[in-house]
Amino acid sequence: MPIRHTIRMPEPPHRRRAHARSSDLERYAGLFAERTQVMRSSAMRDLMAVTARPDVISLAGGLPDTSTFPPKAFAAQMTRIAQESAAEALQYGPTEGFGETVDCIVEVMGAEGMLPDPEDVIVTTGGQQAIDLICKALVNPGDAVICEAPTYPGAIPVFCSYEAETIQIECDGEGMRINELEAALQRLDQEGRRPKFVYSVPTFQNPAGVTMSLERRRRLVELARVRELLVVEDNPYGLLRFGGEPLPPLYQLDGGDFVIYIGTFSKILSPGIRLGWAVTPPPVMEKVVLGKQAADLCTSTLTQYFVREYFAEGSWRQYIESLIEIYRGRRDAMVAALERYFPTQATWTEPDGGLFIWATLPSYIDTGDLLAKALREKVAFVPGQAAYVDGRGRNSMRLNFSAGGEDEIREGIRRIGKTIAEQVELYSALTGEDAAASAPPKPPESSEAENVVPFRKTGEGAA
Amino acid sequence: MKVAVLKGGRSLERGVSLRSGARVEDALGRLGHEVLPLEADGDLVKRLIAAEPDVAFIAMHGMGGEDGTTQELLEILGIPFTGPGVAACARCIDKVMAKHELRSAAIPTPDWFAFNETAFRELGAAEALGGLEDRLGFPLVVKPSRGGSALGVKFAENWFDVPEALISAFSYDDRVLLERFVDGRELAVSVLGGEPLPIVEAIPNSGDSYDFEARYEIGRTSFVCPAELGTEEAGAVTATALAAYEALGCSGFSRVDLILGTDGPQVLEVNAIPGLTDTSLLPQAAEAAGLSFEQLVERILDLALTPANA
Repeated sequence: MPIRHTIRMPEPPHRRRAHARSSDLERYAGLFAERTQVMRSSAMRDLMAVTARPDVISLAGGLPDTSTFPPKAFAAQMTRIAQESAAEALQYGPTEGFGETVDCIVEVMGAEGMLPDPEDVIVTTGGQQAIDLICKALVNPGDAVICEAPTYPGAIPVFCSYEAETIQIECDGEGMRINELEAALQRLDQEGRRPKFVYSVPTFQNPAGVTMSLERRRRLVELARVRELLVVEDNPYGLLRFGGEPLPPLYQLDGGDFVIYIGTFSKILSPGIRLGWAVTPPPVMEKVVLGKQAADLCTSTLTQYFVREYFAEGSWRQYIESLIEIYRGRRDAMVAALERYFPTQATWTEPDGGLFIWATLPSYIDTGDLLAKALREKVAFVPGQAAYVDGRGRNSMRLNFSAGGEDEIREGIRRIGKTIAEQVELYSALTGEDAAASAPPKPPESSEAENVVPFRKTGEGAA
Repeated sequence: MKVAVLKGGRSLERGVSLRSGARVEDALGRLGHEVLPLEADGDLVKRLIAAEPDVAFIAMHGMGGEDGTTQELLEILGIPFTGPGVAACARCIDKVMAKHELRSAAIPTPDWFAFNETAFRELGAAEALGGLEDRLGFPLVVKPSRGGSALGVKFAENWFDVPEALISAFSYDDRVLLERFVDGRELAVSVLGGEPLPIVEAIPNSGDSYDFEARYEIGRTSFVCPAELGTEEAGAVTATALAAYEALGCSGFSRVDLILGTDGPQVLEVNAIPGLTDTSLLPQAAEAAGLSFEQLVERILDLALTPANA
C-alpha cells in the first residue's frame, strides 16, 4: 500500500476550492469516462486508512527495507551529482531514458543471466508505469488479459482502467497451472478471441510467494511461441533469493521474442526513486515510447543520475546480499511464528525469496472482516480479495515480511493468530465442529483447492 | 467564532470522518470562523483545553466519536458541541438497544434476535438458532450491533450461510443481530433541529445492496432527492423518522435510515452523526431543502450553541 503523506503548504491566498455540492457531483458524474465505472479502488480503502496508524503493526505494506542504505554514501553520491552535473541532472531527459541508466539495467539483468539488446529497453517511472504503458499500447476495452490467481494487487487497477476482461489462472506451489492456461486459451479460441497477453510474476510472486517451476516456465514460453502469444514477465524480486537454486527468467528462455520483461530498482535499491524498466520487441517499443511521451515525457533525470552514480561504485551486489540476509531472517521469523500461532487449519507458502507469504484460512473466515477484528489488536494485513478480480481469495491474506523487524513480525503474527483462533473457536461453538486446538494437522482440503495457492512445496502432478 | 473540528479517531470509519472533517473545515473557513482542525488522538483533551474553542464540531463516525465518548469528554470540559448528546449517541450506536427503544415506542422496525459472543461460547446459544427460520425466515440480515457504513453486514440466504455471516459480524462487535430481511426501497430522512429534510432514496447502480463501497464512491449509487413518493407515503415515512429521532433522544441533527416495504416504512437504524462527505445523504437532503453546505454547517453550529432550539 502506498503511504500517503499530507503536506501542509503555507496558507495560500485562496484555499482549495469549495468541495463539490451534490449538484456539482451530478455534473462531474456526467463527465466521467466510462472506464471510471470499472476502475476499482481497493475495497478495503477505508480500513487500510486505519492501518497507517503508527501504533498498528502493519504486515500489509509491500515496503522493502531502506533503513540500512548508508546515508553517507547517499550524501556523497548526491553531492557528486550536484557538483559535477547539476544542470543536466535538473534538465529533461530522453523519453527512453539515458543510455547510462540502460547500461545499469543491462548489468542487473545480466546478474540473472539475461542479455537484452539495450535498444529494446525503456526506462519507466517504476515497474508500475511499465504495466500501464504495456496495457496502453495493447489493450482495447473488452480485450482479454490473462494473469495468475492470485495476482499482483497493483496490476488489477491497471487492467481495469483499460477495461480489460481479466482472466485469472489458478496458481499452486509451482506457479501458474499451465494446463488451466491452455484450457482458458482454448475457450477463448472457441469464442474467436485471443488474449492480448499473459501477465505473470513467475519468481517469488506477489502476493502468493510462489515460484514457477522450470518445467512450467518452459511450457509457458513454448506455448507463447506456438500460439504467438505475448507474455509479460514482471520480475521485481528475482535477485532477492535466500534459498534454493535460481531459475532462468522467462525472458532468458524465450530470448525476448514473445516475452516482454518488466524490471525495477525498487526492491534492489529504492522504491522512492521510482525507477523501473521494460524490455519489449521493437514494434511494441515504438508504441510504448509514444505512450510514455504522452504520460510523462521522461523518467526523472535526477534519480537516473543517482542510479548511475550508485552503480559506478560497483557495490550494488553487496547491498543486495545484505538485504537478502535481512529478509531471510525475517522470513524465518514469520514462518516460525505462523507455525506457532496460526491454527492447524491454516496453510501458507514458504517462499525462497521476495517479500510476501500468502496464508489461507478455513473457508468460513472472511479476511476482509477479520481485518477489522485484527485492527482492534493493532495489526494489519492485506485481505486476499485484493488479489482477485472476481471476489475469490476471501479466506486468504498477504503477509509482508520485508518492512518490519523480526520481533515486530513475531508479535504481529501472534496477534493475527489470536484473532483467527477466536473465530475458529466461535465457529466450532456455532456448528459443533471440532475446535482447531484438538484437530490434527489437516491435509489440504481438495474442495478448497479452487481458492487456494497450496502452501509449502507440494509436488502436485497437475502442471 | 473559534470552532474546533474533531475528526479522525480510531474507528473503522476514520477515513470517512477525515473527509467529513475536511469539508466542514472548508465551509467554516468560508463562513469566516476561526477553524481549529483537531485529529482525535492521545493529545485531544490537552489541545482542547489549550485552544479554548467556543464550540466543537464533531465530524467523527463510529466508535469513539459517535458513541457518546467524545460527547462526554466535551461535557466535562464545558465545550458546547454539535449533534446529539451522550445518551442519544449511546443509544443510536448500538442497533440492538436502539431497536428495543423503537419497539417500546411502537415505531416499526424489522423483527430481530440479538446474540453476544458469550452466548455462543459459553451458553450453547447455537441450539437456539434453529428457531430462527420460523421466527424470522430467510433470507435474513446479520449485522454487528455497533458499526456503521454496512461493514460486516451479510445476507444469509439459508441456514448454511448463518455461521459464516455470524463470524463476519462478530469481527466488528461482540454483539450481533439477526434481522428479518425486508424487501423495499432504501430511504433516509435527515432531521435538522427537529425538522425533517426531504427524503433521499438510494438506488444502487449495480443492482447490489447499498454496501460500503457504494456509499462512498461517486457514481456507484444514484440518489434521488426528494424521493419520488406519494404524499401519503412520504408523510408516513417522515412521521416514522421523526418519531424515531425523538424516541432515541436525538438533538441537533441525525439521519434515520428506513426501508419502505409493502407493510409501510420500518426503521433500520438512526445515525447520530451522519456522514458529511461529498457523497453523503444529509448534505444532499439539505441542498434539496434549499440549504447550501455552508448554511447547513452554520445551522448545525447554531443548534449546538442554543440547545433549546434543537
